[in-house]
Amino acid sequence: MGHTFAEKVLARKAGLPRVEAGQIVDVSPDVALSHDNTASIAETFRQIGVMRLARPDIHVVVLDHACPAPSTTHARNHKLIRQFVREQAIKHFYDVGYGICHQVLAEEGFAVPGALIVGADSHTTTAGAFGAFATGIGRSEMAVVMALASIWLRVPESLKIVVHGRLREGVTSKDLALHVIGHLGAEGGNYRSVEWHGEGIAALDMEARMVIANMMAEMGAKTAFIPPDEVTFAWLKTRARQPYEPIYPDPDACYERVIEYDATTVEPVVAMPHTVDNVVPVREVAGTRIDQAFLGTCTNGRLSDLAMAARVLEGRKVAPGVRLIVIPASRRVYLDALDAGYLRTFVEAGALVESPGCGPCMGNHLGIPAEGEVVVSAANRNFQGRMGTRDSRIYLASPLVVAASAIAGAILHPDDL
Amino acid sequence: MRLSGTVWKYGDDINTDVIFPGKYTYTITDPVEMGEHALEDLDPNFRLLVQPGDVIVAGKNFGCGSSREQAVLCLLARQVGAIIAKSFARIYYRNCINNALPAIICPEAAEALEHGDRVEIHLEAGEIRSSTGVFTFPPLPETIMAIFEAGGLIPYTRRKLGIER
Ligand code: SF4
Repeated sequence: MGHTFAEKVLARKAGLPRVEAGQIVDVSPDVALSHDNTASIAETFRQIGVMRLARPDIHVVVLDHACPAPSTTHARNHKLIRQFVREQAIKHFYDVGYGICHQVLAEEGFAVPGALIVGADSHTTTAGAFGAFATGIGRSEMAVVMALASIWLRVPESLKIVVHGRLREGVTSKDLALHVIGHLGAEGGNYRSVEWHGEGIAALDMEARMVIANMMAEMGAKTAFIPPDEVTFAWLKTRARQPYEPIYPDPDACYERVIEYDATTVEPVVAMPHTVDNVVPVREVAGTRIDQAFLGTCTNGRLSDLAMAARVLEGRKVAPGVRLIVIPASRRVYLDALDAGYLRTFVEAGALVESPGCGPCMGNHLGIPAEGEVVVSAANRNFQGRMGTRDSRIYLASPLVVAASAIAGAILHPDDL
Repeated sequence: MRLSGTVWKYGDDINTDVIFPGKYTYTITDPVEMGEHALEDLDPNFRLLVQPGDVIVAGKNFGCGSSREQAVLCLLARQVGAIIAKSFARIYYRNCINNALPAIICPEAAEALEHGDRVEIHLEAGEIRSSTGVFTFPPLPETIMAIFEAGGLIPYTRRKLGIER
């Protein structure tokens, strides 16, 4: 019997000929990612009683969650992190302004096929788009990775999702991800490695694939996997930091479940408040009045997302009384969007373009809704209170739907503009 | 290890944002203060009335969402004795073990127990007793039990490295 991606990558990392789902292995990560939570991780690390990081070279620290600091407390937190980074000689440090950690990890070439990446952030799964085994861990665990450069992982069972056919024009990989989460549920991939195969995935560009791997965190997945191919290799050509060796599942691998989808029937959808699997076709909630539209985050703040939204907004205006907030996922994205003229299009349409980072995604700053307000957002979470205000409502959608809704002042299918 | 307390019952998909709001994650570092926001956006009564040893009982996918460990620490600060759920989100489950907060997967108990019930939990035996009945759950795997017995991942790691405190 063959093995899944998760079994093969964890066997390689554990130095074992083979491992099976359910087995617990000790492995050494190639990359360990943390962000604004690094100060609290450092504090826990000190409690262990080890003076120096076991492997400072594997750590990547990115300040992104509240950037630039919106308050004295946040500023203090950043200051502690800069001190720690200096003290421990962490080379891979990206200060305020570089962008959101998952995007920076990809752009800087840390996310490569076959790598084992742990991150003190649930959306670490994003790097699975490159064929890495990338998984979120807790802060105590990251403190122990600092001390030992190793971690225990349970080899997960695997789900195989096969997407036949290609998405239609105007339907994005965000719609596909929400469609699948709506079908399988917010717990549908819990503890699992979720592999994505098929023509519908191979046809996607790298950025669209990252959306899918990112959204797998919302299905509870331990990791997501998209098989590296020519698209992946072309993207990595100028970016990869080190040589890599892709790992593919065996054709006769044993999956807990294989689920097939037809991409041609997927349509634009939204996830209604307050759960990600509360998914309905956009037209079912069209007309729902909005107060704010948000385009950004590690899910949909990349160049292709900004490009789609700019095409919709070109020559149009954001509806009176509606705020449109645009936050490029990284400095690179910001510069590229600047060169392409998208930022001008946004500003002319009446949007606010903010500096790279997470912004209001988890309620830190740059666009917190008031009580009773409704937000349509390109992010990945719509939990109650997620954007900082308990009594607000968040609809998750693609950048196209976010842009069209900002113009209409109400949720709208982009084709109905 | 034996625990006993009163049940606080909640539903499915209780996420980390309602357990501990994201907006506090970089501004509150004191555990006692974390406890003051426990379940703030889910049940405002909880932090006012919870007693040491009380047990949270919930449906499926408890702790889904963010990896923030404060969502475990804030409950420990209120001396919550255990969480019984139909299932847990994976990072939350790891965070519980790593902080030695018993996270018990027992769908039958999660279904049957009601708000206000008194429960007694015997961890090694894998048993939950209440007036509704006796429920059993499988004991933890050895590796995980060792972390739990050491009092969490940090003391466990110290022990492993031979660092005395
Ligand atoms: S953009 Fe939102 S989901 Fe992504 S890392 Fe930042 S806070 Fe988390």
